[in-house]
Amino acid sequence: MSPRLTFGTAGRILRQLRHDRRTIALILVVPTVLLTLLRYLYDDNPQLFDRVGLIMLGVFPLVIMFLLTSVAMLRERTSGTLERLLTTPIGKVDILLGYGIAFAVAAAVQAVIVSTLAFWLLGLDTLGPAWLVGVIAVGNAVLGMALGLLVSAFADSEFQAVQFMPAVVLPQVLLCGLLQPRDRMPGWMEAISDVMPMSYAVQALTEVGTHTDPTSTMWRDLAIIVGCVIVALLLGAATLRRRTA
Amino acid sequence: MSNAIEVEHLVIARGKRRVLHDFTCTVPSGSVTGLLGPSGSGKTTFIRAVVGVQKIVSGTVTVLGHPAGSKPLRDKVGYLTQAPSVYADLTVRENARYFASLYGLGAKQADAAISDVGLSKAKDQLVGQLSGGQRARASLACAIMSRPTLLVLDEPTVGQDPVLRNELWQHFHALAAGGSTLLVSSHVMDEAGRCDRLLLIREGHLIADQTPAEVRRSAGTDDLDEAFLRLVQAQDTAKAHDTEKVG
Repeated sequence: MSPRLTFGTAGRILRQLRHDRRTIALILVVPTVLLTLLRYLYDDNPQLFDRVGLIMLGVFPLVIMFLLTSVAMLRERTSGTLERLLTTPIGKVDILLGYGIAFAVAAAVQAVIVSTLAFWLLGLDTLGPAWLVGVIAVGNAVLGMALGLLVSAFADSEFQAVQFMPAVVLPQVLLCGLLQPRDRMPGWMEAISDVMPMSYAVQALTEVGTHTDPTSTMWRDLAIIVGCVIVALLLGAATLRRRTA
Repeated sequence: MSNAIEVEHLVIARGKRRVLHDFTCTVPSGSVTGLLGPSGSGKTTFIRAVVGVQKIVSGTVTVLGHPAGSKPLRDKVGYLTQAPSVYADLTVRENARYFASLYGLGAKQADAAISDVGLSKAKDQLVGQLSGGQRARASLACAIMSRPTLLVLDEPTVGQDPVLRNELWQHFHALAAGGSTLLVSSHVMDEAGRCDRLLLIREGHLIADQTPAEVRRSAGTDDLDEAFLRLVQAQDTAKAHDTEKVG
C-alpha cells in the first residue's frame, strides 16, 4: 500500500467526477428536492418529519454512493483500465482505498449541503448535535460505496449493476425500521433486519435524534457500520483478480 | 540477458476451448518482435499471458527473468491493451498524468509521452470526445511514458493514418535502440516487414519464429502476406500427411 498511489487514485476519480457536471448536480439536487418534498408532505406533523427526514439523511447518501460506485467500478473493469492498472506498480488496496476516499469526499460535500438545508431551512429538529448526523451520513455513504464496489464484481453490464440497487439496497430500506419499528416485525423478519447494515445506520440516526448526548448504542452502531465497510472492502479486494480467464 | 521473454509449453484455455496449444518461443532483448496472425488466432491471449493477467492451464512464461506478472516486473513492463484503456471522462493530459504518477513520474514525462504520440494539440480534450485513432494514441502514450524495459503493445497501429503509423513505427525502433524490447501484435501483414523478428500464429499454434528475411526465404516469396499463406498451407499439408500415416 502506498499513500501516494492511493491519494493519486482518489484525485483521479474526483477529477473524473468533476468533468461530469450533471452527475454532481444530481448528487446535490436530488436529495435536497426529495427532503423538501418530505418536509411539506408532513407539513402538519413536524415530529414525523423529524423522524423520517433524519433517517433519509442517512438513506440518500447510501443509495446514491452505491449506484455511483457500482457503475464506476464496473466501467473500470469493462474498459480495460483495471486490467492495465493491475500490470502497473499500484496495489489492489490502493485502488479500493482510492475509490473509498474519493467517494467519501463526495459524500461529505453532499452530507454538509443536505444537512444544512434540513436543519436550517426545513426546520429539522434533533436532540443530539447536527455534526453527529453528518458523521453518520458520511459513514452511510462510505458503506454504500463499499457495497457498490463489491456487487460490481457480479455484474457484467451497467444494466445489471443498476439492478443490484433494488436487489441489495431496497430490502434494507424496507426492513431498517423506517416503515415499521423493528421490534414489531415477525421474528424471522427481525432476524433478517439484524444482519442488514442499514438497520444500524438508521438506529444510530434515531439515537442522535432522541438523545442530547451520544449514546453507547449509537457508538456501537457506528462501529458496526465501520466493520461492515471493512468486510465489504476486503471481499471487494478479493474480487479484483489480477489473472482472469 | 539475451531473452526478454521465454515461453515454454504454454497452454491456455478459455472455457472448454483451447486457445493456445503448447506454445514455445523466445523474444530476444532489444528487438522489435511482431506477433502476427489473423483475428481470433490467439494474439491477445498470448499478450495477456506475457503481462500476467491471463489464467493459464500449464507451461511457464518468464519475463526479464521473473515469472510473468510478478511484482518486480510492474514498473518494467508497459502494456497497451487492444481496446484503448484510458478514462473517457478525463482529458488526455489528466490521463497521462495519472498513469505517470503510478510510476512516480511527473508532468514533464507525461507531456513528453503525449507529444511522442502526436497528441499535443488535443491534450486538453476529453478522451471521450476524441476519434478512435486519437483515443488509441492517448492509451499508447500512457504505456510508453515510463520507458519500460519491455513494452507489450496489442495492435497499436489499428485505425491510424499511414503517415502516423510510419511515425509510430519509427518511435518503436527508437525505443528498441534505447535498449527496450518491444512485442507488437498486428493482423496486418504489411507491418511484419518492420519487425526484427516475427512470431506467426494461427489458430493458437505458432507456425513461424523467424526474422522477416527467413520467413521470405523459407516460403520462397518476397511478399509476406503470400509467405504467411504458404506457411499455413505447408503446415496443413503436413498435418493431413500425419493423419494419413496414423490412419
